[in-house]
Amino acid sequence: MISVGHYLAVSAVLFTLGVLGIFINRKNIIVILMAIELILLAVNINLVAFSAALGDLVGQVFAMFVLTVAAGEAAIGLAILVIYFRGRGTIAVDDANRMKG
Amino acid sequence: MIQLIAFYLFAFLVIASAAMVVFARNPVHSVMWLILAFFNAAGLMLLAGAEFIAMLLVIVYVGAVAVLFLFVVMMLDIDFAELRAGFVRYLPLGALVAIILAAELVFALGAWSAGGIDLAARAAPAVADKSNIQQIGELLYTRYIFLFEAAGIVLLVAMIGAIALTHRQRGGTRSQKIAAQNRRRPDEATRLVDPGVGQGMEL
Repeated sequence: MISVGHYLAVSAVLFTLGVLGIFINRKNIIVILMAIELILLAVNINLVAFSAALGDLVGQVFAMFVLTVAAGEAAIGLAILVIYFRGRGTIAVDDANRMKG
Repeated sequence: MIQLIAFYLFAFLVIASAAMVVFARNPVHSVMWLILAFFNAAGLMLLAGAEFIAMLLVIVYVGAVAVLFLFVVMMLDIDFAELRAGFVRYLPLGALVAIILAAELVFALGAWSAGGIDLAARAAPAVADKSNIQQIGELLYTRYIFLFEAAGIVLLVAMIGAIALTHRQRGGTRSQKIAAQNRRRPDEATRLVDPGVGQGMEL
């Protein structure tokens, strides 16, 4: 029978893959954004699994909120990416030092 | 039994396609694998009984976010081979961080399944005789109405921000100047002339 542990294992692997994706694709910000989406997906699977296991719907309501924030974040991130590309002609972010931060 | 098979199928596919998102050479392929990962995650959530979140995942992620990614990847003219250059260099550090993180997650999973945390208090217990979507709707429009509206505000801010960031006035294009057209009066736009016979008109 499927237990909550199965779901947690899947979401743990997914989360780890997302973090690994951020580290190994340091230059390509598009893949970094996709890896962030994977991490948020792992969080959502976790929330839904606990919501189903505990018989409590608040987890699913919160998963919807996480989904909203993920969509907004993708839109803003890609908009920043587009204007960055317009200004510099590349999206290599490992030497992004324009703001001298 | 069929549930178990479906679960393992979805779980394997979601993990495999997530790995392909991270390791694919071409970002367009990455987006395609991302779409597959979202579909299979939606399947996993359906198995858990969360129909609403599963449908939301398909509509929002596959229908909007993945298409947005695809649009941006194809719109920008990028040399992707050059971006792959540091791949091998960052692999050891990334693998180290990933292994540490995975070990921590396994530890947390073990600690959680050993028990000890009391999660007995239910904020909104699920009822058996209603569908998942109906229950979420009743919850979302009553107790969590402010959260729902906050989600709407977040989307509005994201939309305005994205438009404000990427909008630009293009030079060299002619557009309609409505104010100038409305300001124009008949006496400055027309003139009455009386040409003599056979003399023609000079404008």
